[in-house]
Amino acid sequence: MTGNHPLAAESETYELSVNGRREQVKAAWLGESLLSVLRERLGLPGAKNACEQGECGSCSVFVDGILVCSCCVLAADAVDAEVTTVEGLADGDALTDVQQSFLAAGAVQCGFCTPGLVVAVHDLLDRNPDPGDLEVREAISGNLCRCTGYGRILAAVEAVRDQRGRRSRP
Amino acid sequence: MTVARPRTLAEALGALEATPDAHLLAGGTDFMVEVNFGHRRPTDIVALRRVVELQGHEHADGHVTLGAMLTYAEIEADLAEDFPALAAAGRTVGSPQIRNAGTIGGNVGTASPAGDTLPLLVALDAEVDLAGPEGTRTVALDEFITGPKRTDRRPGEIITRVRVPRVTGPQQFLKIGTRNAMVISIACLALVLDLDARRVRCGLGSVGPRPLRPRAAEDFLSGEIDWDGPRAAPGAVRRFAELVAEACTPITDQRGTAEYRRHAAGVLARRAVERSLQP
Amino acid sequence: MTPRSASTVAPARPGARRGVADGLGTSAARPDGIPKVRGRFAFSSDAFAEGMLWGRTLRSPHPAARIRSIDVSGALRMPGVHAVLTADDVPGAPTYGLEHADQPVFASDVVRYQGEAVAAVAADHPELAWRAVQAIAVDYEPLDPLVDAEAAITAPAIHPDGNVFRHLRIRHGDPDAAGDVAVQGTYEVGMQDQAFLGPESGLAVPDGDGGIDLYISTQWLHVDRDQVAACLGLPPERVRLTLAGVGGAFGAREDVSLQVHVCLLALRTGRPVKMLYSREESFFGHVHRHPARMAYRHHATADGDLVKVEARLVLDGGAYASSSTAVIANAACFAAGPYRVPNAVVDGWAVRTNNPPCGAMRGFGAVQACFAHEAQMDRLATALGMDPVELRLRNALRTGDTLITGQVITGTAPVREVIEAARAHPLPPDPAEGDPAMALPGGAGATALRADVRRGVGFAVGFKNLMYSEGFDDFSTAGVRLELAADGEPVATVHCAAAEVGQGFVTLAQQIVRSALGVERVVLRSADTTVGSAGSTSASRQTWMSGGAVQTACEAVEEVLLHRVGERHGIPVDGTRRQLLDLRDGVVVAVDGDLRVSVAEALAEGPVEEVRTYHHPPTSPLDADGQGNAHVSFAFAAHRAVADVDLELGLIRVVQIATGQDVGRALNPVQVIGQIEGGIAQGLGLAVMEEIVLDGGRIRNASFTDYLIPTSLDMPPVLATLIEQPEPGAPVLGAKGVGEPPTISSTPAVVAAIRAATGAPLTRVPVRPQDIALAPGVGSSTAENDA
Repeated sequence: MTGNHPLAAESETYELSVNGRREQVKAAWLGESLLSVLRERLGLPGAKNACEQGECGSCSVFVDGILVCSCCVLAADAVDAEVTTVEGLADGDALTDVQQSFLAAGAVQCGFCTPGLVVAVHDLLDRNPDPGDLEVREAISGNLCRCTGYGRILAAVEAVRDQRGRRSRP
Repeated sequence: MTVARPRTLAEALGALEATPDAHLLAGGTDFMVEVNFGHRRPTDIVALRRVVELQGHEHADGHVTLGAMLTYAEIEADLAEDFPALAAAGRTVGSPQIRNAGTIGGNVGTASPAGDTLPLLVALDAEVDLAGPEGTRTVALDEFITGPKRTDRRPGEIITRVRVPRVTGPQQFLKIGTRNAMVISIACLALVLDLDARRVRCGLGSVGPRPLRPRAAEDFLSGEIDWDGPRAAPGAVRRFAELVAEACTPITDQRGTAEYRRHAAGVLARRAVERSLQP
Repeated sequence: MTPRSASTVAPARPGARRGVADGLGTSAARPDGIPKVRGRFAFSSDAFAEGMLWGRTLRSPHPAARIRSIDVSGALRMPGVHAVLTADDVPGAPTYGLEHADQPVFASDVVRYQGEAVAAVAADHPELAWRAVQAIAVDYEPLDPLVDAEAAITAPAIHPDGNVFRHLRIRHGDPDAAGDVAVQGTYEVGMQDQAFLGPESGLAVPDGDGGIDLYISTQWLHVDRDQVAACLGLPPERVRLTLAGVGGAFGAREDVSLQVHVCLLALRTGRPVKMLYSREESFFGHVHRHPARMAYRHHATADGDLVKVEARLVLDGGAYASSSTAVIANAACFAAGPYRVPNAVVDGWAVRTNNPPCGAMRGFGAVQACFAHEAQMDRLATALGMDPVELRLRNALRTGDTLITGQVITGTAPVREVIEAARAHPLPPDPAEGDPAMALPGGAGATALRADVRRGVGFAVGFKNLMYSEGFDDFSTAGVRLELAADGEPVATVHCAAAEVGQGFVTLAQQIVRSALGVERVVLRSADTTVGSAGSTSASRQTWMSGGAVQTACEAVEEVLLHRVGERHGIPVDGTRRQLLDLRDGVVVAVDGDLRVSVAEALAEGPVEEVRTYHHPPTSPLDADGQGNAHVSFAFAAHRAVADVDLELGLIRVVQIATGQDVGRALNPVQVIGQIEGGIAQGLGLAVMEEIVLDGGRIRNASFTDYLIPTSLDMPPVLATLIEQPEPGAPVLGAKGVGEPPTISSTPAVVAAIRAATGAPLTRVPVRPQDIALAPGVGSSTAENDA
């Protein structure tokens, strides 16, 4: 936006650190959420907007390693934090074990909830490597899915949990 | 429009003085929703997440002092032993994502009739510390919340801490929602049996414009309990439940009817007491 | 979880392909799965064009009002605003609609529902578009809204086309027939919302020549194209639609939402325009499931044979017609359920009110009827002293039986089998004292202890039609091109306009081609309007219809290949060709000889490309008595639900749902299970939590805070048995559509379980806590019993 743009007086240029890279956010309206900045300005449309009020989890990202809804984060307030999005979970064309498991288990239908769920599941299993069924359900209870009924998603999480468990046992 | 990012309370107060209409941004889970929905057009914002004086919690002389920026997740993780009911209340807020961001200061500052931590804090006679241009002051939470989403926060003031007396005795928190996760409460209740003071302490949410303290019910049951148990006769417990229900002033809205809320408050009251008593 | 399958194994088709990986019958992986898990899949909301503007709609706050004036000058004056459009700016047809073009692009003289579009703007930034919309001044004269569907039948018309979208009569057999026992009841279904996760979004790009390209999430590209072209006053060829990634649909994308608006803005400004609905706007921007009030009387013999069903159904279609005429037809046709009913008197009304418009939602009329007829069957069982499952088994439809519309079922009808399969699943373990609060009704709210909770089991069966009915020819088109890739290996490209909305048609298309041609590499082109119509992604029809089109196109490609090989090798190519040459596992072989020509060799002389249209057998309209062979095929399912209920608080936890479903043939078992589990979640939602709450025509809960859909803590494990009896005439190995049956009988099964646990009659869904807790004799103090 140029200096005489109608929102210029309410805009700022700032930097965010996203997926390990410094990104400049130029002359952005200060009311924009982190979700909006990721999607519209930084070319990272993985986080999705399905409710804009923290009720669906489709916009889930990590801010300083903590799982949050990016629609509830003021982008201009995230300037000194490390943001990790679904795009930053694996390098290049690789898939994480969680992503692979979602594919194998049939846990993806329309896919709109999928990025947020992938992030939330990484959060769960990194903090709690051996969750029981109820713990998994509680951990993803902030991620709404309308297509799958959660059955294949739970199967995918259990598969990763079991795989990681086997890998970590001598 | 500006966004201030103070690191200390002094800086925060200075920013607020410079832009007195600024919104205080804590976890963002209330504010950003209003912005996203177009119900609020932000002018100036003072972001509080870096302010050191608002972080963490302390234990001293019979109180636990909660920094205003303490999140529900931190409460669940760190304070489950001191305040099982507060941790339980925190666990019912929104989703894991919301609990990681939402703060106790925000819950108090927003003062929604459905605020999940407020019934317990009010029952425990919690106090709110504020810092402002004229210095600091402390207000009883019960007086600080003056109406639905209205508080006694004066211009230029910031909530710094919530101070909660440590009380010995069983604590319960029960919350009703139509779904098993991520619900605004239809009705909720916190109950503490204060064994030292031999007092029943009770707080309710979503059954009136402010968190409700059913004093007549508390007085009644406090007198009926055999505090050496603690034990109480079933008839006394039922009467307590009736008095709690009578004290409620619920509305009918899209989440529930006034009649149901009143009925539910009575049920929660009875169950909370039963779980607190020795058999 | 591997689904149990009870199948009569279909004989392999002559020349059936074996040995090709990821063909029909396997749980082949989705071709779009990798981008979706990486967050790189392009949904319509991710679309971007250089220089694009942002569009936004102004909507009526009133459910009924006259518009005295609209002043857009305030918006037009704002810097960064490039266009402000109202009804006067619509160059073509002023109205659109699926069945009747009765809905204005923009309201001009009157608004008929809260949320009706009045104007649209395009601006440089979404925030500016928002501010521009606020700056449009509309002078409304609010009117008294008509919100009672029953009253609407005779009330003064609120639209020139009148208030009755359709009145359908079904008279079957003897209207005066009576049995030994009769039970009656009145039932109500609230307004459910599809609540797809990806809100409405699209990008319109003007081509600089008066035409337009629209990238859109929708269920039927061609029907959108036709309505958009008509409203733009353009010939259809100038309006090109491409399917952008769809975040779920469930019926809500059948009707036009933002398509015309965004194209108008793009043509007016000469720039690409993107429009996104917020979740709140989405609730106002699409049709919902018809609320229904249904009065029933069932008559039966003392032995439990159904004699007659009488039903009066009133469905509230809201302000505009959408697909109401078809929804009420379904509700009426399936009003008696999947049972032998020799006599029926059914009246179905779909009416216009000032409530939000209603239209297609998964299950399409059969959902509402099933809630009622299954409640009736349970009442009847009680009156007869019979087990409710036995009553259903006794009356279950079979092939050769006649429906209440007079149509004889000629296809498969494994109703007994689905019932028995659902019943056969083991029940969950008994509740235990140590069950954590998180597993009980109330979840983290910790409201109940195990002693506060009662468990109940309930059963229900349902059915509906597959494909469109009453003479509608909902054909599909597909093109298959076979050629050599750069590496010399054959690759098949499918071009089909079937809207992938998450259900997995894209996977199925690949599987069909692999099995038909023995070619593993199959690529799908974008679904767009450069190929013929594939019909709607609805009515559980795409597997049959677009699968059929792809299959037919493959067969045509195969013909060409065999012809080529035959020509080159002097083998006669005529009607008996199939006995001489066959295509097996990617190789053309002479059946009786040593000839083997690989597909790759056969393609050396150039690609083969064939486009085919697939039609289902024609159906008939219903006559004045609702009699006629109106449907192509039917699919059946049964559900058994186990629910724990906190009686005093009326909170519910569904503990298990078991199902048997008639699928014809499981072409991709994991995808079938996905449809079953997802459909059951929507049925569970309608049973216990989902409702658009209306107050005088106004929506009180247009957000995910208060329109609740099930979370992972609300959905129980699902045990499913797939009944595979291939449907004669179903083109892809006899497979039936599977999307809708899971939503139809899951709702009444859950409610039946709650009735069993509570004794409350529960004649309305969604069941609310007060319906249980304050029901006489239910939630009143159980403590008295404990004293």
